[in-house]
Amino acid sequence: MVSPLLSVSNLHKTYGSGPSAFEALKGLDLDIAEGESIAIIGKSGSGKSTLMHLLALLDRPTFGSIVLDGTDTSRLSAKQLNQTRNSAFGFVFQQFFLNAQASVLDNVTLPLKIAGVGRRERTAQGIAALAQLELDDKAGNRANDLSGGQKQRVVIARALINQPRVIFADEPTGNLDTATGTVVEDILFDLNRRRGINLVVVTHDEELASRCDRRIYIRDGLIAAREAVAA
Amino acid sequence: MKGVDVLATAFRNAFRSRLRTSLTVLAIFIGAFTLSLTNGLGTGINQYIDDTVASVGVDDVMTVTKASEEEPTEGPAEYDPNQIATDGAPGATATALTDDDIDTIADIDGVESVEPSKSVLVDYVRHDDGTRYQLSVAELVPGMRMELVAGEQVDLDATDPELVLPESYVEPLDLGSAADAVGQTVALAVTDATGEQVTTEATVVGVAEPGVITMGGAVPNDVLAEELYDLQTTGAPEAETTRYAEASVSFDTTGGAAQTEALQDRLADAGFTGSTLEDQLGTITAVIDGIVLVLNGFAVIALVAAGIGIVNTLFMAVQERTREVGLMKAMGLSSGRVFSLFSIEAVVIGLVGSALGVLGAVGAGQLVNSVSGDLLADLPGLTLIAFDPVSIATVVLGVMAIALLAGTLPALRAARQDPISSLRYE
Ligand SMILES: Nc1ncnc2c1ncn2[C@@H]1O[C@H](COP(=O)(O)OP(=O)(O)OP(=O)(O)O)[C@@H](O)[C@H]1O
Ligand SMILES: [Mg+2]
Repeated sequence: MVSPLLSVSNLHKTYGSGPSAFEALKGLDLDIAEGESIAIIGKSGSGKSTLMHLLALLDRPTFGSIVLDGTDTSRLSAKQLNQTRNSAFGFVFQQFFLNAQASVLDNVTLPLKIAGVGRRERTAQGIAALAQLELDDKAGNRANDLSGGQKQRVVIARALINQPRVIFADEPTGNLDTATGTVVEDILFDLNRRRGINLVVVTHDEELASRCDRRIYIRDGLIAAREAVAA
Repeated sequence: MKGVDVLATAFRNAFRSRLRTSLTVLAIFIGAFTLSLTNGLGTGINQYIDDTVASVGVDDVMTVTKASEEEPTEGPAEYDPNQIATDGAPGATATALTDDDIDTIADIDGVESVEPSKSVLVDYVRHDDGTRYQLSVAELVPGMRMELVAGEQVDLDATDPELVLPESYVEPLDLGSAADAVGQTVALAVTDATGEQVTTEATVVGVAEPGVITMGGAVPNDVLAEELYDLQTTGAPEAETTRYAEASVSFDTTGGAAQTEALQDRLADAGFTGSTLEDQLGTITAVIDGIVLVLNGFAVIALVAAGIGIVNTLFMAVQERTREVGLMKAMGLSSGRVFSLFSIEAVVIGLVGSALGVLGAVGAGQLVNSVSGDLLADLPGLTLIAFDPVSIATVVLGVMAIALLAGTLPALRAARQDPISSLRYE
């Protein structure tokens, strides 16, 4: 068997300390294979976002290990973590987190700017990413002037621009109507199929979850059930 | 993130909330404007004093008088046959220097040469049998330079009598323009000791702008001064001609202030008072520096208040951009870069405010100078508010430093921000 892209074992996350401490994750094991799409499902407060943040190296676990590509991430320095997130991950959140006053192009190229790519190269790649999402004619617009669906496509373009290996999406369609939500889903799964980009999707939406290769049900900080799509 | 991108982003961020930034910039503007103006005032006045020192003379000459033997006491002072009227306030006297005193001074260690000053009282100056005008003759010190409208400085070593005339005499004396006056001959009259009025002629070599020390006076060269003194003392008893109010002592300046002071001490031991031009003007400069320091203090207080404004502005910016910062950190922006983004933003606000403030001050200075030029016409050459590049740069850099300091706290808060809590939905 090929070694997994991400391998999680005995993952614990406790928020706070003392009497007010809250154990959000209570020893979770999970392997994500290269090119896989995974849905994380569960009730509100069950620890889905917490798990995603740990997988995305945005937070450190209280206990347990996360191995990315064979490297134990607990040994990475802050700088290496930053670099990994910048080069290997893309993020799509329920809220868009766009800089409303800046242009669509500037929003999309932000990860490249953080990576230290020069302006000319950034613009070229930004236009290309927007073209993929059929938004290249909006490159000069202010992000604020777009519709919700367009905004989420901008966010996906931004998540794509650094050629990531994993896209983490927390409720990516939560703010969109069904029709636009489906368009956004189509784009994400198309990326997964055609480019082999891993998808880690946190969702309430059974319909969206059903399109993933695998579904992880979380309850009270533990995996309640795993389901693979019956191919 | 690349350095240029950090700079460009910080610059753009600074103007994202235009009104807020403008108000903070205005506060800094006021502080920098005031500081530049008060600085400029000090520079202008001190520059004028320095220029005056240069036009009067030279820093290697001191004026030596005989120290009064007794301390001033209450009641009428006893008559001293050696007393002599001085140029000071009417009735002011000083104990005269005799030829013996001059010899004593010359022998003092450190004195290179001593020249008794021979004061000359000219009755009038006249050109071509025209109207006669009163004229005062200023004391000439080697190295003296004057602001000239036309012609040249007097040649000390010239064998022919020469003088520099004040500009105000050119027209009354019918000399034509200032340039025409140069090269013409004027007659000077003095009354000798026997009461007879005698005249001598001298060539005008230059026309001077009125200055503070030589105000309205003509400056003769050595030959002319000697000649006038000789004419004036003809027929006077020997005792009269060898009494001088003061003497100019040249000394070596290479030893610096300490050596100059040592020489003054030695003169004091011998019963004389030596004072350099700096001594005479130092008090004024010190007072001006003191006033400017107090004014600068007020301006700095304004700047500190403006600095607190920067702190406030940036805290608001950090608050506003919580999610943006969280997102950028999630995307791999290091805390160090976040810190630089916000502190540079503070510096940009400081730079804009101080640059505008300095520019405004230079403009206002020009305005004040043109007005004060009319009001203070008696002090020609005075630029009331002058700017030197160093103090301008100091103000701008100083404000930027204050801004940087002010930015630290908000920038630290932004840098420490946890990406997840900033991204959590509200
Ligand atoms: N910073 C924190 N401090 C304390 N408790 C926290 C913190 N973050 C999360 N929690 C708690 O951890 C639990 C899991 O939170 P998490 O955000 O992972 O839930 P979720 O499954 O994503 O829920 P939702 O579907 O509503 O987004 C919740 O009970 C939450 O209150
Ligand atoms: Mg959540």
